[in-house]
Amino acid sequence: MPVAAPPVPFIDFGNTAWVLISTALVLFMTIPALALFYGGLVRRKNILSVMMQCFISMAVISLIWVAFGYSLAFGPGHGALAGIIGGFDWAFLKNVGMEPSPYYISQSTARIPHIAFMIFQMMFAVITPALIIGAFAERIKFSAFLVFTVLWSVLIYSPIAHMVWSADGIFFKMGALDFAGGTVVHINAGFAALAAAIIIGKRKSKKAAPPHNLVYTAIGAAMLWFGWFGFNAGSALAADGLAASAFLATHIATAAAAVMWGLLDWLLHKKPTMLGVATGAVAGLVAITPAAGFVDIMGAMAIGFSVSVVCYFFVVVIKPFFGYDDALDAFGVHGIGGLWGALLTGVFATPVIQSAYKGLLYGNPNQLKVQALVSLTSIVITFFGSLILLKLIDMVMGLRVTEKDEAIGLDVSSHNERAYTLVE
Amino acid sequence: MKMIIAIIQPHRLEEVKEALYEADVNLMTVSEVLGHGRQLGVTEIYRGVKESGNLLRKIRLEIAVNDNFLDPTIKAIVKGAKTGELGDGKIFVYDLKDCIRIRTEERGSVAIG
Repeated sequence: MPVAAPPVPFIDFGNTAWVLISTALVLFMTIPALALFYGGLVRRKNILSVMMQCFISMAVISLIWVAFGYSLAFGPGHGALAGIIGGFDWAFLKNVGMEPSPYYISQSTARIPHIAFMIFQMMFAVITPALIIGAFAERIKFSAFLVFTVLWSVLIYSPIAHMVWSADGIFFKMGALDFAGGTVVHINAGFAALAAAIIIGKRKSKKAAPPHNLVYTAIGAAMLWFGWFGFNAGSALAADGLAASAFLATHIATAAAAVMWGLLDWLLHKKPTMLGVATGAVAGLVAITPAAGFVDIMGAMAIGFSVSVVCYFFVVVIKPFFGYDDALDAFGVHGIGGLWGALLTGVFATPVIQSAYKGLLYGNPNQLKVQALVSLTSIVITFFGSLILLKLIDMVMGLRVTEKDEAIGLDVSSHNERAYTLVE
Repeated sequence: MKMIIAIIQPHRLEEVKEALYEADVNLMTVSEVLGHGRQLGVTEIYRGVKESGNLLRKIRLEIAVNDNFLDPTIKAIVKGAKTGELGDGKIFVYDLKDCIRIRTEERGSVAIG
């Protein structure tokens, strides 16, 4: 009997097409979706500064990523640090080309080109620091923002991505489940945002100003919902049943979370609000991110309904109680929603979706323990790492604009342009 | 000549305009303004955070009239704007020194209508 040769990985056209489209969808989440979502929430004198921060993050992080960010995150590691961070083997995309990617999820041989995986991951590397913008909006110095974003991407994002997603990563080896970035993206950015809100301090205005254009915010949230299909279903890295399942779970969790936030508004504050439903949708998207490829629609609904309750409590009760000025709730929605999703992935992961993975509800309490351990370790790394990084930047160059520039608004004081004219 | 400035509820503007046209007052300047009287503003809730003392949207009408049109104009504004609730607004009347129609450079009473 002749023995079959081991299957050789090859480039699958359908998978490649889906991942490239997903890459563009995830780009769309940062610009314009997040830029609009955040831009509508700030005062009219600061919208361009927020959009500028999103836009320039896209440009700068993309360059860092091909230079060495990708290599540090996904490249082979060396020696004692192999589980923590990759080396420079793939710097400037050396050895990263059109051949089949070494990273894949659901299909062992039908793969995508390595560069397709690299650029898909680039969009994740861009949006993660961009999420933190919500914490220091309306008061950060642009130069300090740039330094922070670059250093944070290299010193915090790449190692966490390596630990969770690289085949060498210590969390990956522990069996942590993070389908599309609940830990790497949302816990990571969310707890960095808490550190940022604490270090930079409150905005100077005596009372909180209402959002200046909730239409932008609603459009931005809708575009995030749209782009998130690339984020989550694209993370299957194949155009297959798992991608469809992740797509469905993403949608149902988001629907449930939007409904629940609207209901909480209605019950506790008498009227359902557009901002509430949009915020709920984003919280749902965040929470389903780690779970998308592991849970069925019952799990997705449980995650969606519950995350709005948890995030609502943090945004409405905890934040005012402690008094940190997380201006646009980057921590309350992404940090807390990401943590909640990571934990519930350990509860609702079902072997019906991927036979190898099951959570507490399906007889594997250990998964929840692993999720909790990995989440908490990541929180410690990102929170204290960001705290130290921000403190150093503050000492060297100052994080905040002057009180006068803050009062004038960053659009004019940092960028010398304004979003709206009064007379044509 | 008098200058009438009226602050009214935005949702009564159509009724006020109708009443003014009926009274043959066809010339006015309308602007959107912010302010509050005895209702002391509104409380809005964003992500569960109450923001009180927000200024309310109001409409400001400016109408210049000859003296014989003063009372009919005031009556028309009241007719259109009155609901009997707090926030219906106020009407202020000033003496008007002069009025110049730019196109013809006419001055005084003839320039108003």
